[in-house]
Amino acid sequence: MTAHGIRAEFRSVLGDFTLDAAFEAPAAGVTALFGPSGCGKTTILRCIAGLLRIEDGFCDIDGDIWQDHKGRFVPTFRRPLGYVFQEASLFPHLSVRSNLLFGAPREKPKDRAEIDFDEVIDLLGIRPLLDRSPKNLSGGERQRVGIGRALLTQPKVLLMDEPLSALDRKTKSEILPFVEKLRDHFSLPIFYITHDLTEVERLADQVVLIEQGHVLASGPLAKLQSDPSLPLAMAREAAVILDGVIEAHDSAYGLVTVAVNGGRFIAPAEPAPPGERRRVRILAADVSLARENLGPSSMLNSEPARIVSAKIIDGNEMLVVLALGAEGQGGRLLSRVTRKSWDDLALSEGLAVFARVKGVALRPGRGDFAS
Amino acid sequence: MDQLQPLWSPVRLTLELASVATLCLLVVATPLAWWLARSRAKWKEVVATIVSLPMVLPATVLGFYILILLGPDGPGGALANLWGARTLAFTFTGLVIGSVISALPTVVQPIRNAFAAIGDRPLEAAATLRASPWQAFWRVALPLASPGLLSGAVLGFSHTVGNFGVVLMIGGNIPGRTRVMSTAIFDYVESMQWREANILAGGMVVFAFCVILSMILIQKRFEGSGL
Repeated sequence: MTAHGIRAEFRSVLGDFTLDAAFEAPAAGVTALFGPSGCGKTTILRCIAGLLRIEDGFCDIDGDIWQDHKGRFVPTFRRPLGYVFQEASLFPHLSVRSNLLFGAPREKPKDRAEIDFDEVIDLLGIRPLLDRSPKNLSGGERQRVGIGRALLTQPKVLLMDEPLSALDRKTKSEILPFVEKLRDHFSLPIFYITHDLTEVERLADQVVLIEQGHVLASGPLAKLQSDPSLPLAMAREAAVILDGVIEAHDSAYGLVTVAVNGGRFIAPAEPAPPGERRRVRILAADVSLARENLGPSSMLNSEPARIVSAKIIDGNEMLVVLALGAEGQGGRLLSRVTRKSWDDLALSEGLAVFARVKGVALRPGRGDFAS
Repeated sequence: MDQLQPLWSPVRLTLELASVATLCLLVVATPLAWWLARSRAKWKEVVATIVSLPMVLPATVLGFYILILLGPDGPGGALANLWGARTLAFTFTGLVIGSVISALPTVVQPIRNAFAAIGDRPLEAAATLRASPWQAFWRVALPLASPGLLSGAVLGFSHTVGNFGVVLMIGGNIPGRTRVMSTAIFDYVESMQWREANILAGGMVVFAFCVILSMILIQKRFEGSGL
């Protein structure tokens, strides 16, 4: 069962902190390790990398056992991984080029496609920096070089420890697209640590939710987002990400139609060819409910859905989990309504309703059309 | 000029001694400083204390024990037996060993500080970039600690040049073989040869001035470059 997966287990008492974390993830796409500061995310990543040795540990990366309970422990430098630190940690005595090539192997990897030097530096936009010293780079430039340096070791898995958290907002928004490109361009499993929900929503395919050294839940992003027993759904900024494909583009109004599992949404967006993959982010607070699909409305989107469950939050609000589609066969959606609306509309679990979302709520940057 | 000829011998010997001792010091002090900076062993401070002892002990005490160490009944004598000599005391080799022991704390300290200042991160980064601990040491730690190594070398060299007490105790001040500048000055003063004493002593003042100035300048340059 671990032929195409990643399995990690680490248990230890470190001072007054108890680590008891075990999870599995597919060896593909971005797995976000998400949780508040001090919850043990970095400790787990350091254990996977072998930078921290915990006796009671197990780590299987797509069939390679890096650590087991029988005393096997592969030292970090023999693990085919790439690691991106919070601060780029470039070597100040070497040029950018020498930093990039520091860990590059002389031979091409046999079991996977080679990551090409030119491809990496063009993707990260660091060609003009090659002969500079890391001392003269901006924070964002440094982090890009750090990412490139990790990629050029030809890793089997890329570990990123809050690579954006040391950067200011503006630089962050400059780098995020590079990380997205990375995910889409190289077929490389990525473990991405963050305490920032927007990074999770833009990048993650799977999420491992961590709290106080324990794994609260793990699974596909959309599944965890729509689970009302988890803090993601209960947050004020609760949202779901729906993976979809562009179906049509209305150039007269600047709108695209995105087909998702069980429905379709119209949203403002730049022109894009049909068939292109898109993520639609829908905030729970932007979804209102109706019993009937009434006449003209400024709500561009009114999708049939079924109420899966509902939960009272803060006394006067309800968090409603919906399943898209008339039969409730599609993806999950969250809606926040007042308890009064819930009662007035006589809503109940299992009921067929219409989920209504204003088009502008799905504008990039708000309801975010991340690529 | 002929009168100055005898002065050349102690100067040359001093420079030879200081060069050889500095090389030996770097070879001994670098791994020692690395271990002191990186080890988590509880007893490492005990080792650090032993290494520091020469700094506070009077030269007579230090010289006395080194003399015993080098003498025919000590390990130095056993070593000397290998090439048919009786003892290492009163020899150039003995002077090198004595100088290395006395200058060790002066050299270990700046190198240890430099290694400690690097921190774990660059070495962890090197490990994630496939560098074995040995490669990480050579490719990352040493270059990053080079200012500390340079200060250590300069300090070790000048400490050896300025060493008097220990040299006198174990070297015996034999002209042409173990008589270095510091002991030569002592002899010239004893025998009222003020001119010769003045030339050597003045030279050492100038030397010391240059050493300290260059140290300060080196430090400034490295600080400026952000290393």
